[in-house]
Amino acid sequence: MIRLDQVSLAYAGRTGPVLALDGTSLSVGVGEFAAVVGPSGCGKSTLMKLVTGLIRPTSGSVSVDGAEVSGPVKIAGMAFQNANLLPWRTVTENILLPLEIVEPYRGQFRAKKDEYRARVENLLSIVGLRGFGDRFPWELSGGMQQRASLCRSLIHEPKLLMLDEPFAALDAFTREELWCVLRDVWQRLNFTVILVTHDLREAAFLADTIHVMSARPGRIIDTRKVDFARPRELDICYEPAFTDLVHVLRNKIAEVRKA
Amino acid sequence: MNKTFEKLAPWLFVVVLFAVWEAACRLLAVPTVILPAPSVIFGAFQRFWGPIVSNSFVTLWTTMAGFGLSVAFGLFLGLVVGWSRAIYRGFYPVMIGFNSIPKVAVVPILVMWFGIGEVPAILTAFLISFFPIVVNVATGLATIEPELEDVLRALGASKLDVMRKVGIPRSMPYFFGSLKVAITLAFVGTVVSETVAANSGIGFLMSQAGANFQMPLVFAGLIALAFEGIIMYAATAWLEQRMTGWAFRSQGSAGN
Repeated sequence: MIRLDQVSLAYAGRTGPVLALDGTSLSVGVGEFAAVVGPSGCGKSTLMKLVTGLIRPTSGSVSVDGAEVSGPVKIAGMAFQNANLLPWRTVTENILLPLEIVEPYRGQFRAKKDEYRARVENLLSIVGLRGFGDRFPWELSGGMQQRASLCRSLIHEPKLLMLDEPFAALDAFTREELWCVLRDVWQRLNFTVILVTHDLREAAFLADTIHVMSARPGRIIDTRKVDFARPRELDICYEPAFTDLVHVLRNKIAEVRKA
Repeated sequence: MNKTFEKLAPWLFVVVLFAVWEAACRLLAVPTVILPAPSVIFGAFQRFWGPIVSNSFVTLWTTMAGFGLSVAFGLFLGLVVGWSRAIYRGFYPVMIGFNSIPKVAVVPILVMWFGIGEVPAILTAFLISFFPIVVNVATGLATIEPELEDVLRALGASKLDVMRKVGIPRSMPYFFGSLKVAITLAFVGTVVSETVAANSGIGFLMSQAGANFQMPLVFAGLIALAFEGIIMYAATAWLEQRMTGWAFRSQGSAGN
């Protein structure tokens, strides 16, 4: 589904060129849930922009869905740490936003509006926001806004979901709740996910594969398969195999932070 | 009790202000040519009601015409300037330079071009008031959250899409907020121009009355101006509240 082959990216910083990524290779299969972890400032967000085609690599190649990326990929949904909902639109209207932009929905938007609204309603009930469609974003708590943001990134049925620390600003309980929401949505709709996160437990709980990045300039230095049986319950976070995995990852990151 | 007091407070304050003014004038025996007492000014209102109303009306419509021009032009220019960083940076110094010219200095030029009358007043009102609109609209556009723009661009949105769906709605609170400033400035522009070169309008009325030492009428004009200014400000404030209520409400948001 996604292949990065020896990708490097440099950009012009204030004191000369900065190398954000250096010879990164990564591959993610169709329907796979991949997590990318690493110390802060290691170029994880740059990686996201490369995959979605918002920026072009300085060298190396990025391909998504079998084709070389040469512009915005259009099959991706994105969600970030901030929900970034538009305050002048209701939750439903916010979630409909991608359909007003992506073809073929865009051309049929007026004609099929009722159908799309039903689709929003369906997504809202999957993430546990049934009945909140007519509220405005500022009437919702942070966790609820993030759920809505997740719906917005999924409404156009993307083949690829890109998440950049989506739960980082939430409290621990809400975060775990949303892990389960994400797990369930992913299992029902079957898309490919790249989750960028600082939270090793989050990565271990959700992902099929975890890629560990080095400090800047970023490179993938380790890739681990996570083979806990699915569906996973939150309880596995307290099993020895799970804590061992988190521990190993923790040490890896401590190592690269020192280096 | 407290609530009713809060509601009445503005009116009460005005009444007290006039009462103190009246008392001071009487107790200190201030000559009318220096500072007329409110009762005398009120007398002037009664005597010159016709001219005051007709000249107020002229000032009102020239202000509104200038304001209308500056809304249309300011909105357009703001959108253009906010569209791209390059235009923003190139245009900004010119705008600053233009805005720092005192507009009174421009009135004689306008009079040379268009003659004495309403046209210079309308143009002065326009020139003095479009700047805050441009700056606010451009700022609203230029400060879109980069992540949100990424979300949309990753979906294949064009610059026009981003502007239509996010930029323009987002800049509306800035736009309506700037109208309150702009209407006040437009009013200043009109009156300045009327005082310098016009044959009608409150500014003209006041400078004529001043030349004839009719201080009560000068002050009556002043009060008429204050009244008109308040009405216009209130109208734009109401419009702002009406059009972009979400921007006010969202400040008391429940979210993190």
